Amino acid sequence: MHLTEEQLIAYRDGETRNRETFAAHLKDCPECRSELARIEAVFAALDAMPVPDPGGDFGQRVWRQIAPRLPKRRARSWNSFFEPHRLLAFGGVAALVLLAFFIGRYTRTSTTPPSIASTGKTNERVLVVAVGQHLGRSEMVLMELANAEPEKGQKLVNISAEQKRAEDLLGENRLYRQTALRDGDKVMASTLDELERVLLDIANSPDEVTPAQFEAIQKRIAAKGILLKVRVVDQQLQQRRQNVEETPQVHATPAAGNKI
Amino acid sequence: MRVSVERAESEGISDAIAVERTLAGDREAYRVLVERYSLYLYRLAYRMTGNAHDAEEVVQEAFLRAYQKLSQFAGNSNFGTWVYRIAANYAIDRIRQRNVEEARQARPSRLAEDGTEVDTMAMIKDPSASPEHLARSAELAAKMQQALDSLTPAERTAIVMRHWEGCAIEEIAAVLKSNSNATKNTVFRAVAKLRKALEPFAEFRNTAGALGTES
Repeated sequence: MHLTEEQLIAYRDGETRNRETFAAHLKDCPECRSELARIEAVFAALDAMPVPDPGGDFGQRVWRQIAPRLPKRRARSWNSFFEPHRLLAFGGVAALVLLAFFIGRYTRTSTTPPSIASTGKTNERVLVVAVGQHLGRSEMVLMELANAEPEKGQKLVNISAEQKRAEDLLGENRLYRQTALRDGDKVMASTLDELERVLLDIANSPDEVTPAQFEAIQKRIAAKGILLKVRVVDQQLQQRRQNVEETPQVHATPAAGNKI
Repeated sequence: MRVSVERAESEGISDAIAVERTLAGDREAYRVLVERYSLYLYRLAYRMTGNAHDAEEVVQEAFLRAYQKLSQFAGNSNFGTWVYRIAANYAIDRIRQRNVEEARQARPSRLAEDGTEVDTMAMIKDPSASPEHLARSAELAAKMQQALDSLTPAERTAIVMRHWEGCAIEEIAAVLKSNSNATKNTVFRAVAKLRKALEPFAEFRNTAGALGTES
């Protein structure tokens, strides 16, 4: 009993079902091996089909052709800001701000007389913790992608879980970046800006990518050195958090600032 | 000078940023995407349509359609994969259109009376051609081109995307608006037909490697 043409084509195409059985049969059957070689020859002939070179400036030529035909585009509508994933991300950040507010209230009622410095310090502590957690979660996503290795022969790598997490992290990342910019914290703003680009890249990738596409994502993460930058900023935040906690309340001054 | 600096900067931006900027009204950002993916689309389009003129048209139309539908794309997948799909779909339309035009011009018809496509493998098979002749690479390339032209648009799309582009079955199924099993069968039919067309020329196996490729 020989393998059918369909089975041989499927085997050649990497079909995993019954693969071991087919491989064992091919090992022992010269006729099926020769049939597979004939199928392989079709693909070899396909590979040898030339594609004429359209020229190095082909992309520019295409642009010159289509540019006058592109309709004018208005900026994206506000509706896109109300997409569920964005609402979820902003909701999370809003909850943190509310938490900071209530902690502030609680601190004010439990200390007499009320102190602006202590409220500011509590707010800073909450924000430092929140940004630290955000960086930690982002680092986890990047680490998982950077360290993953597709199995040999694997045709597609599913990154839908990391993609979803990156999408969720994007909203809060934007808010923290804007806060850092507003407070003049350039190092933090720049790191969050770079992180945002990488997260955007991951979030916009397909659910399943080929090993080559996956490698390209890993290279982009490595090229930007984003993991190291995130870790450095995270350590600085931990230091800042310790400083906030160690500073005696009576000596706290407004000059401590509210940077994240 | 400033323009060239801005251009160099914009060329280094990621696809996602270029899409965001295009949506915000920055046409230059779209130029980056067009220049980045034109060649990639051209290879697909050429293999699907089999000629440079149609291939260029497919590339241009794909980018125009992508621009018009860009707001539907944002955030759903990789731009390259998305525009590739648009190009594949348009190439299918283009092949169908061309087949109809050819049929109208009283050439050997590929459409049956009811409008369905018929197998034209018989047109390609040329048992009288000697192996010596076909051993010449140009002739083999022409035979292969004929064999590809004889596939239905769906079969051609399936074999081009699967074999040359290494696309997943699910990805091809999305372009063909079909399911995975049906798409696997389409790939199988395409390979079987190509094999049937080329099999009489036993030497193609030995000469395939001699054709050389420019891509």
